[in-house]
Amino acid sequence: MADATAPAAIIDTSRKKRHWPPEFNALIGLIGIAIVFEILGWIVRDQSFFGNLTRLKIMILQVSIIGIIAIGVTQVIISGGIDLSSGSVVGATAMIATSFAQVGTYPRAVFIEQGWVDLPVIIPVVVGLGCGLIAGLINGLLIAYTKIPPFIATLGMMVSARGVAQWWTKGKPVSFPTDQYAAMGQGMTPVFIFLGVAILFYLILRFTVYGKHTYAIGSNEDAARMSGINVERHKVLVYTIAGLLAGLAAMVLSARGLTAQSGMGVMYELDAIAMSVIGGVSLAGGRGSIVGTTIGMIIFGVIISGFTFLRLDAFYQEMIKGAIIIAAVVADMYRQRRRAMES
Amino acid sequence: MTNVILKTEDLTKHYGGVHALESANFELRKGEHVAIMGDNGAGKSTFVRQITGVEQRTRGKIIFDGREVNFAGPLDAREAGIETVFQNLALADDLDVPSNLFLGREMVLFNLGPFSILDMKGMRRATEEGLKRTAVKIPNLNNAIRNMSGGQRQCVAIARTATFHSKLTIMDEPTAALGVQETAQVENIIRTLKEAGEPLILISHNMRQVFDLVDRIVVFRRGRMVANLSKNETDGQDVVAYITGAKTGAEFEGAA
Repeated sequence: MADATAPAAIIDTSRKKRHWPPEFNALIGLIGIAIVFEILGWIVRDQSFFGNLTRLKIMILQVSIIGIIAIGVTQVIISGGIDLSSGSVVGATAMIATSFAQVGTYPRAVFIEQGWVDLPVIIPVVVGLGCGLIAGLINGLLIAYTKIPPFIATLGMMVSARGVAQWWTKGKPVSFPTDQYAAMGQGMTPVFIFLGVAILFYLILRFTVYGKHTYAIGSNEDAARMSGINVERHKVLVYTIAGLLAGLAAMVLSARGLTAQSGMGVMYELDAIAMSVIGGVSLAGGRGSIVGTTIGMIIFGVIISGFTFLRLDAFYQEMIKGAIIIAAVVADMYRQRRRAMES
Repeated sequence: MTNVILKTEDLTKHYGGVHALESANFELRKGEHVAIMGDNGAGKSTFVRQITGVEQRTRGKIIFDGREVNFAGPLDAREAGIETVFQNLALADDLDVPSNLFLGREMVLFNLGPFSILDMKGMRRATEEGLKRTAVKIPNLNNAIRNMSGGQRQCVAIARTATFHSKLTIMDEPTAALGVQETAQVENIIRTLKEAGEPLILISHNMRQVFDLVDRIVVFRRGRMVANLSKNETDGQDVVAYITGAKTGAEFEGAA
């Protein structure tokens, strides 16, 4: 037994079960859904769904703004949390940022003081990012230091930020942004902004200490704390970044529509969460990736524009969207249970 | 006394009115393997938590490697060279082996604060060396801990020690959740550490294991040290007598 020459540890290698990355499942799902819509397209409309380049462009444009939010939400969920406030933060940030980006040509439409019109674009951008950052920072501080469950803390922010959006202009919409501000939302720019953000956060989550710690906290918070990670400070950072990205999305959204209203971004938080979960991000934390979320976003886009293409009523679209979200969460739970049984 | 690696004087921890640990005077020499035994709630884990900085002691002195130390947290203790394998396996299930070994003290290529770039290759190489030193074989380092058996996980936790050239290893019931074969693997790693002259504090309920592996047995009862026995001068029944309170060591009279 105590024979020192024997190899100390031979560990059986029989557990060679293959573990597909969840992104792979999402990709298969995407291909499956695409084929279904292509076939239905020929049956119902007698035309190709993917053959129409304009349709694909609109499809990707529609989802890429929520996609920016989904990147932030993804890293929140990986850290074991949830962010329900992003839609309302979009509303508040869109109102405030756009009000600093107005042109003076239409004095009657101008909100706030006359002197604030025709400002260089850097000012609304900094203000917008600042709004998102502050909202995220408050979320993070509440969650990390008062130990309120993320669900409750961000639910509170969801209600409050919507209030801010309405209070800022007493409910009036803000229109006529400067050309420079509007440029953020024109053409395919939102898609490029999404791509930039996605690539940046893919690299951050994969190759930096920040990414490692985000996964570690979501995977086993106690272990992370015992390993000396400052869990509280890290959580503040995670939610702040999510807020910052919601702020960025808000500016792109208002720039694209050339207007901001307090009702902007309603339900975006759920769409963003759905994109993440469909893309294989586990609501239990610790698992998921930007690649997955990007695939989830495209699936989301294909479904929405697919329904429109099939001339399905908007009511049915909402109903089916809800069912898809439930299906993705059920699949996630099933995966977790299977894993728990294996180990 | 330069050959003493760890010494505690009057180490005490109170949780409110609960005296979880009372005046522990403990000593560990270099290269020595000591077991801490005692019933549940006897103060074994509390003792370890004070040494490793997981909790702050109420009173007393800790002298580690010739210096008096005051660890603010577990990372401080680690940096000083105390490596702990916790009862509840402080591993992140979704991360791979190198990430777990280096959790909280990652090797970095460029320092950019929280966004510092990880030195993945460096960590992988160091992990391989550490595993080699403990003779632990893990087929795929990139595999998430989740996909490994209990024994493999425990080996990973123990391999941290070898990777970081720690001066003292503490194991809190390392085999409590393991099967027979896996327990044997972990015990073999402990023997490897002994041969390498690495000091160890082992908390265990397993009498056979303790007598197989360590040089000395320290018994805790109701928050106090009640015995300090050399393995060769005691036997299982004797130790049980101390654990249950039938006997108390001469030098600890009046303690419990």
